[in-house]
Amino acid sequence: MEGSLAVTVALNGLTLAALYFIVASGFSLIFGLMRTVNMAHGSLYLVGAYVGYAVFEPLYDRDAWWAWYAGVGAGIAAAAVFGLAMQAALLGWMQGQELRQALVTIGVSIVAADQLLAVFGGNPRQFFPPDALFGATELPGLGRYPTFRLVQIGVAVAVGLGLWLLLNRTKLGLMVRAGVDDRQMLTALGVNVPLVSLAVFALGAGLAGLGGVIGGSAQPFAQGVDVRFLLTSLVVVIVGGMGSVAGTAVGALLVGMAEQIGQALFPTYSVILTFLIMAAVLALRPQGILGRPA
Amino acid sequence: MLEIQDLNVHYGQAHALQGIHLSVGAEPLAVVGRNGMGKTTLCQAVMGMVGASGGSVRFDGREMRGLPANRVARAGIALVPQGRRVFPSLTVHEHLRLVSRGKNARWTIERVYETFPRLAERRNNGGTQLSGGEQQMVAIARALLTEPRLVVMDEPSEGLAPVVVDRLVEILRALPGEGVGLLLVEQNLGVATEVCGTVAVMVNGRIAAAMPSRALLEDEAAQRRFLGVSAAAAGGGGH
Repeated sequence: MEGSLAVTVALNGLTLAALYFIVASGFSLIFGLMRTVNMAHGSLYLVGAYVGYAVFEPLYDRDAWWAWYAGVGAGIAAAAVFGLAMQAALLGWMQGQELRQALVTIGVSIVAADQLLAVFGGNPRQFFPPDALFGATELPGLGRYPTFRLVQIGVAVAVGLGLWLLLNRTKLGLMVRAGVDDRQMLTALGVNVPLVSLAVFALGAGLAGLGGVIGGSAQPFAQGVDVRFLLTSLVVVIVGGMGSVAGTAVGALLVGMAEQIGQALFPTYSVILTFLIMAAVLALRPQGILGRPA
Repeated sequence: MLEIQDLNVHYGQAHALQGIHLSVGAEPLAVVGRNGMGKTTLCQAVMGMVGASGGSVRFDGREMRGLPANRVARAGIALVPQGRRVFPSLTVHEHLRLVSRGKNARWTIERVYETFPRLAERRNNGGTQLSGGEQQMVAIARALLTEPRLVVMDEPSEGLAPVVVDRLVEILRALPGEGVGLLLVEQNLGVATEVCGTVAVMVNGRIAAAMPSRALLEDEAAQRRFLGVSAAAAGGGGH
């Protein structure tokens, strides 16, 4: 019994890490290219969740089997459009002014939280994924485990692979990586870097929206989760290393595992564990575990 | 091809370029001068990487001043920057893929590898794993792949071993035959005069003189005055 509990806790940590990775990879991507600390990243998560839900609910009531998939698509699209608008209307004008961008995005997140409260109210909501993704799966040696949590891991792996392919195999990916190194030189080679920035911002925001729907399917969501996911994203990329996909994966694994193991072993103090990890990383390797020195 | 008229650049209070007049045609032109005279600023102002406060930069009759660097590059000017500025995260091959204009361009990735066999050997090495000479070849290849009609080079021989400098001179001398114009900014008078028939001398943000390379090589007094190491030369700070 003890052994299977340990495996369950590890699996729970892994699934939580998967969700953190989906959300934080978008945050890290945006920071990597634009040096924008997007303090509205949690709002993008919440926008994705709420708009996705608004599309999902009426379809679900009519028993449409594709209701959840439509919610996923709508959540990604809504967050991407919101992020795009933010970069085009506000952040693009203050490129390189990191403090100003951080303050503006904090302002956006406050306005967004109030608007979402006004439109959607304060009741918690939850997506219901299709039966194929929702029931329980028999895992050898462990018994029944929620299928959706396994789906969560699958989505995170797909996101990680997709990002790796994008960054390493496509011309847009080359532009992003070159832009992280030397934005001015990339511009001098004829690349319209503001346009690339818009694409990256939409992509990073869309990942937050995807996280919103996935997270809102695993657990109910309500006002306030935006702050939680912003904080987690910050910790994940600080631990793993800013602007690196692999680093984000490592950071998400550490933080997700630490939260679940902490809750199993010493529930009262589990919150501290995450920040202990962050403090330790900052003390020993300030650029993050896989980060490059600035 | 390139007509620079009365170009002025200020950095805050500092007047870095003070009314530059230059013109580059089919023949390559060298700009020489000591450190801090505004040579790099000139390259960056032509490229649109620093804002000019006055004057004009015309390329084939089109005004480039005020355009962002990517539009200047698209118009047909390429920069080989000081310090080479290869991207540390990209391999040699990725540098070339990043800027390649496709199979039908005059400069293709295959042609780069034929011209610089060393880069073909190092194609999977990252930008930081290359020697200075290899980095310089990447920077030049990267510029040529954008299909420029004019290449602006900022101190390409800096920090290179003499044998690599010889190879560099060979490459630069072949550019006019390709129909590619060259504005070569150099501290190394030997490289400048070997590649270009005309040399302009930059002193304190101004073009102090322009003359045939041969004339400058034979005029030791002018060399001392404009470029020399003697403390009396040229006077004043460059900023």
